[in-house]
Amino acid sequence: MRTPVFVLIEIVIAVALYLAFHFFGNDYLFFAGYTVLQFIVLATAWNILGGYCGYVNFGSAGFFAIGAYTSVCLFTIGQAPEDVFPAAILPAMQAIFPLPVPVIIVIAGIMAGLVGLGTGYLTLRLRGVFFAIATLALAVVLQTLIVNWSFVGGSRGAYVIPANTVPVFGPYIQYLFALMLLLVIVALTSARLIERSSLGVGFATIRDDELAAEACGVPTLKLKLIATVLSGALMGMAGAPFPFYIGYTEPGSVFDLGYAINSIAMPMIGGTTSWAGPLIGAILLGTMQQVATVTISSAVNLLIVGLLLIGFVIVAPSGIVGLWQSWFGKRSKP
Amino acid sequence: MDFSLLMNAVIAGLLIGAFYAAVTCGISISFGMLDVVNIAHPAFIILGSYIAYIVNTHYGLDPILVSIIALPAFYALGAAVYQIFYVSFEKRGQDSLRGLAFFFGLLFVTEVFLVLVFGVDYRSVDAVYIGSSLHLGPVELPLRLLVPCTVSLVMFAGLQVFLGRTFVGRAVMAVSQDPLALRLMAVDPTRIKRIAFALSIATASLAGACLIIIQPVIPSVGRDYIGRIFAICVLGGLGSLPGTLIAALLLGVIESITATFYGPSWAPAVSFGLLLLTLAVRPSGLLGR
Repeated sequence: MRTPVFVLIEIVIAVALYLAFHFFGNDYLFFAGYTVLQFIVLATAWNILGGYCGYVNFGSAGFFAIGAYTSVCLFTIGQAPEDVFPAAILPAMQAIFPLPVPVIIVIAGIMAGLVGLGTGYLTLRLRGVFFAIATLALAVVLQTLIVNWSFVGGSRGAYVIPANTVPVFGPYIQYLFALMLLLVIVALTSARLIERSSLGVGFATIRDDELAAEACGVPTLKLKLIATVLSGALMGMAGAPFPFYIGYTEPGSVFDLGYAINSIAMPMIGGTTSWAGPLIGAILLGTMQQVATVTISSAVNLLIVGLLLIGFVIVAPSGIVGLWQSWFGKRSKP
Repeated sequence: MDFSLLMNAVIAGLLIGAFYAAVTCGISISFGMLDVVNIAHPAFIILGSYIAYIVNTHYGLDPILVSIIALPAFYALGAAVYQIFYVSFEKRGQDSLRGLAFFFGLLFVTEVFLVLVFGVDYRSVDAVYIGSSLHLGPVELPLRLLVPCTVSLVMFAGLQVFLGRTFVGRAVMAVSQDPLALRLMAVDPTRIKRIAFALSIATASLAGACLIIIQPVIPSVGRDYIGRIFAICVLGGLGSLPGTLIAALLLGVIESITATFYGPSWAPAVSFGLLLLTLAVRPSGLLGR
């Protein structure tokens, strides 16, 4: 399938989903659906580095939080630009702020990408496991910084209350849902493009045997940095609309370990070698968690996710996509 | 800068640092020597804390005593975890990705399990020495820190003697250098690695009891220690026990000074800064090979 056709199909599905929710559902469906879509973006982003290159990122919550707090910061500036900027540039800034959400999402992506670049540059030159450990600690440190930064609310948290309704979309949650659908399309399309380009082949050589790849002249460090930046940027973008979604942002909810475990568990359960894996994993786990949170409790559903992750990595290392391929004997094109 | 404040901060840092060494030595064995990246180690430590807490509140036993009684159970747990890890990942030659995900899942499941059973309230233990201190002139030595420090140092010395002087201990050191050579000497590397890994988990029992003496514990406190223990482990030079001790004391002092003069909310950032600095400047650590 060629990429334009693929994008077209994605858009058709996205529009159909939105319209179905709009006409047959209620706002709750949008709230629940938003979370699932957010997990699709996170899982796909994680998979670009984790699945394609084989480098584990435990800091998904950190990158997500960079996005969310970029949003909080820009929103707070937008509320009162006169407190932040000197008089000389104030009129110009007042014209720019408050920024629309799509612009904030892009800026958040750039910020998270830069942090990914920095962390990656320091740790990716060494053994892969150092990168994993550094990302694990990264989330803790970012949380320390945020807790001590009173401009974005510190440990008290910050309110981000958007307008009630938006032109064209109606309720604000529907607007956020549509933005998230767009992000899902961007994430899936870029994952699929990477998979089929020479970049993806390069990533795969790193995953299979980095030493051999290096010896054959594959620029491994450069490729790993590209993957880290892309993956981090997408996670940041997934986090940017979150403050608008939740209304009240505090470090505990943004740095929740749940994001880290979910963005690892979803691709692992779905299958890490193709773009379809994280999508399947995120839809299954995301929907299950929405149901379990309402019917049982949110702690129990995280326990289930953890147990599923352990079970799948032991029993079915190739995930659902791998199981499908071995049962039906079909090999998807690489 | 107040001199006695600084001195107390340094002393407290050294005491805490010795405790950090006890927390880290398990990782130094599993990650440093066996190349098993057990990021679930803090979860086992918290498990140790909760066991000390349960027995202490119900039967009034001393937490350290409880943890010594629990050592065989932790040893068995460690052996079981290694067996699962070996059969599912090492033997199949699976990429380290899945092994990491396995331990991460383990960390997470243990934490959520503890939350479900005990809730998210802070838990602490009772012992006669908690709350009193030794006064040496201007320097104050809280027993709450001194007891874990002593226990840690004793455990550390024991491990060092075991690894350096006994046959099994030397085999553990050997397996970290060359498993094939070990096999040629008719020693089963898997068995040695299982013993070493089980030992590393057993240290979590003692470290857990020390932790709950030093501070009240909630299930998520383990996460704060992940950055710390890996920073110490990497700074000390992977797999070097003396290096681990030096690095732990160093981190303890730096953290304590940061907390005293800049506020405790900045302390968690210290370990990460130290980790990044080590990785950037000297990845082989202080006493690395």
